[in-house]
Amino acid sequence: MQTNNRPVKEIAQEIFAENQAERILGWKRGEFFYDNSPAVFSAADELQEFVYDAFCGSNLSKFLVKEAAKEGRIAVLLKPCDRYSFNQLVKEHRIDKENVLPIEIDCDGMVDIDKVRALGIKGIKSISADGDQLTIETVYGQKNCSKEDVLLLKCQTCKDRTGGDRFALVREIEEMSSVERYEFWRSELSKCIRCNACRNVCPACTCEKCVFDNDKSGIANKANSDSFEESLYHMIRAFHVAGRCTDCGECSRVCPQGIPLHLINRKVIKDLNEFYGEYQAGADDSSVGPLTSYELDDVEPDIVMNRGGGR
Amino acid sequence: MQRIGVFVCWCGTNIAATVDIDTVVEAMKREPGVVHSSDYQYMCSEAGQSRIRNAIKEHNLTGIVVCACSPRMHETTFRKAAKAAGLNEFMVEIANIREHCAWIHKDRTEATEKAVVLARTAVAKLNLNKPLTPGTSDVVKRALVIGGGIAGIQSALDIAEAGYQVDIVEKEPTIGGKMAQLDKTFPTLDCAACILTPKMVEAAQHDNINLITYSEVDSVSGFVGNFTVKIRKKARSVKADICSGCGICTEKCPSKKAKSEFNMGLNNRSAIYIPFAQAIPNVPVIDRDQCIKFKTGKCGLCAKVCPADAIDFSQQDEIIEQKYGAVVLATGFKPIKLDNFDEYSYAASQDVITSLELERIMNAAGPTGGKLLRPSDKKHPHTMVFVQCVGSRDTTGCGKTYCSKICCMYTAKHAMLIREKYPDIDVHVFYIDVRTPGKNFDEFYRRAAEDYGVNYIKGMVGKVAPTNGKLMVQGSDLIADRQVIIEADMVVLATAIEPDQTAKSLATMLTASIDTNNFFTEAHPKLRPVESPTAGVFLSGVCQGPKDIPETVAQASAAAVKVVGLLSKDKLVSNPCVAGSNELLCNGCSNCQHVCPYGAIDYVEKEFRINGKIKIRRVAQVNEAVCQGCGACTVVCPSGAMDLKGFTNQQIMAEVDAICR
Ligand SMILES: Cc1cc2nc3c(=O)[nH]c(=O)nc-3n(C[C@H](O)[C@H](O)[C@H](O)COP(=O)(O)OP(=O)(O)OC[C@H]3O[C@@H](n4cnc5c(N)ncnc54)[C@H](O)[C@@H]3O)c2cc1C
Ligand code: SF4
Ligand code: SF4
Ligand code: SF4
Ligand code: SF4
Repeated sequence: MQTNNRPVKEIAQEIFAENQAERILGWKRGEFFYDNSPAVFSAADELQEFVYDAFCGSNLSKFLVKEAAKEGRIAVLLKPCDRYSFNQLVKEHRIDKENVLPIEIDCDGMVDIDKVRALGIKGIKSISADGDQLTIETVYGQKNCSKEDVLLLKCQTCKDRTGGDRFALVREIEEMSSVERYEFWRSELSKCIRCNACRNVCPACTCEKCVFDNDKSGIANKANSDSFEESLYHMIRAFHVAGRCTDCGECSRVCPQGIPLHLINRKVIKDLNEFYGEYQAGADDSSVGPLTSYELDDVEPDIVMNRGGGR
Repeated sequence: MQRIGVFVCWCGTNIAATVDIDTVVEAMKREPGVVHSSDYQYMCSEAGQSRIRNAIKEHNLTGIVVCACSPRMHETTFRKAAKAAGLNEFMVEIANIREHCAWIHKDRTEATEKAVVLARTAVAKLNLNKPLTPGTSDVVKRALVIGGGIAGIQSALDIAEAGYQVDIVEKEPTIGGKMAQLDKTFPTLDCAACILTPKMVEAAQHDNINLITYSEVDSVSGFVGNFTVKIRKKARSVKADICSGCGICTEKCPSKKAKSEFNMGLNNRSAIYIPFAQAIPNVPVIDRDQCIKFKTGKCGLCAKVCPADAIDFSQQDEIIEQKYGAVVLATGFKPIKLDNFDEYSYAASQDVITSLELERIMNAAGPTGGKLLRPSDKKHPHTMVFVQCVGSRDTTGCGKTYCSKICCMYTAKHAMLIREKYPDIDVHVFYIDVRTPGKNFDEFYRRAAEDYGVNYIKGMVGKVAPTNGKLMVQGSDLIADRQVIIEADMVVLATAIEPDQTAKSLATMLTASIDTNNFFTEAHPKLRPVESPTAGVFLSGVCQGPKDIPETVAQASAAAVKVVGLLSKDKLVSNPCVAGSNELLCNGCSNCQHVCPYGAIDYVEKEFRINGKIKIRRVAQVNEAVCQGCGACTVVCPSGAMDLKGFTNQQIMAEVDAICR
């Protein structure tokens, strides 16, 4: 993919050529063509492995918490949605902005390999994109499909691209009775195997020591002891990232159990929008968020009653 | 392991009638750490306290739980008792089994069960308590009064007389408030200016009082004994120190189209103006929205005629910062807007006026020189109708649910004054009830009705219709049980009053609370009526609730006494329940700093050795002298780095566990 009509790889090469930074945080090819993973490149020749294609969904910002603290300036490639996470981390003093060269790159949506497979396409060898058309080389010959149909969930409702209604599902869940809703979440969350992938990938979860890893917090054990397995883990996390979650969608993307975790955070975002006006965490890197600021026209607690409670 | 004593109080029958005391006492004996559990009829009595003291010594207790009334009532009592027996006073926990249990339950079994839960919750917390030692903080010997109406003036005078410095911040160009706008005042009918202006002058001349007019409070930080306040002095465009107050500028100013605020918009004033003749300070202000110089760059006539050369078009708002030990809120009120009351045709007819407008019309210094004239054609009225409770005691949602308290009396005053001066005018008053409690008040009202022939009609007005230069007033007479229609020349609306709209932002700045109507809330409605729940913030006048001048002045003096009591102390005991961050867990994210209402949190870059490597990290540090222990930071901190002494995360968790057990 290109940015300003130039391949992103070229931009990366230029960074080293012009000594703009000592390291570059980008993606490199994994074991398969569809599992590109974040990587730090320290020299021009290492860039041979550099990729930027329809399988670079992962959000690089979080890696900067460690990487930007190291010696030497680091350049980072930020898709539009990743920019929010970057700003939010700068805002919370988790990234030393001075040591980072942020490069904004274009993105026309990332592909979910499982969705391609779900179309019944087997033996996939490689996929290339031309606009909305995907050309899929398989052991059984060439196949085609529309990219729009196989986008990552987070890209489907990507606010910057299509402005799709990202709260549609949240609204559906809100309309459920409390019993139905409880059942819905119980069935979803009981699939959780507590691999911690969601937390580990979440750019809002960068705590020096997470409460779930801290025996003294008295929370780690609680999150496990409930009969409704991992509900407390997810509820506590939802509260911790409330007002800070940028809706980057990484949690749902990495969950091996396919739990729609982003819906929990979107519910919080939707409420924040309704209570305090439209808010995008990480839209800038200095303003104080709605939950940590006080404005005179903030909602009063009786909003809960006025909305009929239990929503 | 703690050695805990539990003391269950019957509170006479207050608790014992609903909670089975024995069950609670026995249940507590089985709780971890408890080595003694007993009960008594009145724990707070001297005998009860001595039982506690003896038990502490006899059983070598390290902490006590008292199951009794709200800690707001007797926590101090029991802490003192514990201290007298050699225990740290913070090793005392109260389980509120009265307000939180006995008083709100009927069923004895349920209430008893809940009392047991509350008691074991307190025990669970106490097991984790640590002795705490309060520090002390200094008291800045200076008070701030916000609002310069009669309330603020009186409070300031009393504080100043006691020997302390006071600043009055008034947002208008002059002090005086609404009382300066009134004509005569009930119940004695003396002229408002005659009794108010001497007080204004006294305030201006008092060595200990500093008037900061045309100014507003911008921000407040700090706490009782040590508030830091930023005050915005709005640009007057006139140098107050050299202006002689001659007023030539106001006469010569060619821009005369602004509505006079002081005369309730009934006449005009110039762009450079002094609100009224006895204004203090007697220094004009340029209304920049009206000034031709500010609008077009031309004019500047005032500067040319000013003999003192005091006009300064380049003046800027100025921020002054000052420290105070105490703050008095005296921000008063204003009449409500009548947008929701079209039926009275206030917007449609000039001859429908509010009572405050009538005060100006009747005032010798007012727009008509004190002559009662119809605003529309400046003719003498023959029939006048007063409507009481306009927007007060209103349950339709258009107005206020409360009684504005002063309208019955001032309407009687208006009616009487008019009948006295113009016996030819027929005066009718529509009322729901006439409420005149107060010394000589009912006599006053009866005088209006009986001696002055004011026609009181019990009932509401349904509609005021302007017709052919007259006002057709349609109302009901509930006593005669009929509809009445009165052809009136003027209608006066006794308009409900509400707090000044700045109350809400001040409440936020000071963390003082307001009620649903935006009146400031008192610490206790009966026993602490002039204190706000926030230490060091006191309430004076109508900003706390509707009242007349005598009540306002009484409350103002009461607030002053509280201020003087505070300022006379050299040191205050500070609360040891303060926050602190565990630097190893802190992310340096600033979230706690954003929510801290007292500005107690700062950051330092610190070196840490982690796994043998040196790492520099930004970590939160709490200034314990500033922290008020509100706990907001601990809630917002994701990693649990921030904790509050006396209410640690672990203690709260232990309480929750005890409840859920
Ligand atoms: C029509 C009418 C007739 C009345 N007649 C009588 C009567 O005959 N007898 C009687 O006893 N009572 C009468 N009253 C009641 C009387 O006016 C009040 O009791 C009295 O004015 C209350 O004084 P206050 O200082 O509390 O409020 P106010 O007079 O309202 O003074 C408050 C002051 O604070 C200032 N202020 C407000 N907010 C701020 C801020 N944020 N910063 C700085 N300054 C601020 C205001 O500008 C004002 O100067 C009458 C009231 C009305 C409406
Ligand atoms: S779950 Fe909470 S404590 Fe853990 S990393 Fe996320 S924000 Fe921090
Ligand atoms: S990624 Fe999925 S399975 Fe793993 S902890 Fe999160 S929700 Fe549970
Ligand atoms: S408890 Fe925390 S938020 Fe509250 S005053 Fe202290 S430092 Fe500030
Ligand atoms: S909220 Fe917690 S982690 Fe963040 S700066 Fe404050 S103490 Fe540190």
